[in-house]
Amino acid sequence: MGGSAGSFKLLLRIVKILPPGLNKAVIIVLHRKKNFLSEIEKLFNDNSRLPLKEITDKDKINKNAIYIAPANYHTLIEKDDYFGLDVSEPLWFSKPSIDVTFESAAEVYKEHCTAILFSGANPDGAQGLLKLKNAGSLTIAQHPKDAEFPEMPNAAINAAAADYVLKTNEIVELLQIPNPHN
Amino acid sequence: MDVPSQSITDEQMTEIVNLVKTVYGFDFSDYTKASLKRRLTRVMLIKKLGIYDLKHLLLNDPHFFQEFLEEITVNVTEMFRDPSFYKALNSQVLPYLSTYRHIKIWSAGCSSGEEAYSLAILMKEAGLKEKSFIYGTDINTDMLKKARKGIYSFRNIKNYAENYQLSGINGSLTDHFTTMYDAATIHSELKLNTLFSVHNLISDTVFNEFQLISCRNVFIYFETQLQERILGLFYESLSPLGFLCLGSKENIRSDIFKKKFKEINPKENIYQKIGS
Repeated sequence: MGGSAGSFKLLLRIVKILPPGLNKAVIIVLHRKKNFLSEIEKLFNDNSRLPLKEITDKDKINKNAIYIAPANYHTLIEKDDYFGLDVSEPLWFSKPSIDVTFESAAEVYKEHCTAILFSGANPDGAQGLLKLKNAGSLTIAQHPKDAEFPEMPNAAINAAAADYVLKTNEIVELLQIPNPHN
Repeated sequence: MDVPSQSITDEQMTEIVNLVKTVYGFDFSDYTKASLKRRLTRVMLIKKLGIYDLKHLLLNDPHFFQEFLEEITVNVTEMFRDPSFYKALNSQVLPYLSTYRHIKIWSAGCSSGEEAYSLAILMKEAGLKEKSFIYGTDINTDMLKKARKGIYSFRNIKNYAENYQLSGINGSLTDHFTTMYDAATIHSELKLNTLFSVHNLISDTVFNEFQLISCRNVFIYFETQLQERILGLFYESLSPLGFLCLGSKENIRSDIFKKKFKEINPKENIYQKIGS
């Protein structure tokens, strides 16, 4: 899941409702400022029923856990289910960049991935979402009318990167449906 | 934007890695794959090269290889990146180091020198400048040239000024620079205590004994078995009870070296050598 301006509250709401038997790993890439000693991780942690962790380099990716991409790094996914970090140039003035994580998820997870792009004031994530869609992942953009800053989901829709464009409540409902593979 | 449009295959990546190793002796085979693939794709996009053009140039043009090396390795760095790290050094490590007659510091993977100069400034402000010496090493000769010059764009220095303020060091970052137009040059008294030279963490060996080694945001590009080898090099290069600093999102994964380094600050990943 990727988001920027206007996404935090919604992501917090989603973290709250994700059930313990989700049977998936959840990765959240949220744009934020470096050096901003944020309470984001703590707020997410206090509200999550699943174990939640800010990513450290080479962390193993486990099911039934939520991972937060750290500020001032890009988060990539390596082949054997672990994270790799990268301090290279920002994309769309953003580090973490949603595109970087989405693109590497497309390479590794292909059709085994669901990706959602939320509100934001720049087009980061759209190209990555397109890569995911082309790799067979299920891709969703938040409905621009529901997004506080519609530019991000709009960029994805314009790039034909979203399989579905869903209202906030529809996304919340979708995430509460028990996983059929459980 | 530099969004890679077409990715290369794993097999093509292996071919390039083998070619570079055979022709130039640089071994990228234990670099993390996702990141390396992204860098390779990026070079091809920037230079507008297909895979065959890239191989041809690498085989026939040593000048191109220098450019290639600069693009493949990540040279993004900041002065006082992670201000809380410098705060921790100041409060937890410097009181200990100040008891030494000479303090030798190694900034490993120093790129264009921002971290080495940050450490030089930190030592100066702690009143330890006279007895400290900072070695910056990298595989990239062009980056080392920049580091030796110590000239940065004034705009960047202004961006780093916030880091400096948050690190709690006296004064402001610009106090340590002479500015002319858009160029900020580090004061020569700070350059006196630094030496920049080529060293390859993967193929070169111990070259001095240090009280502190800072290798931050380098391990993120290495697979864990390569990290373990380099931890061995660092261990050998540290004096007894010397300090090792990794990036704020990097930690020691090796079971062998978890026992040989004591965690001094788990948040900032500052370790101290134990045993002998």
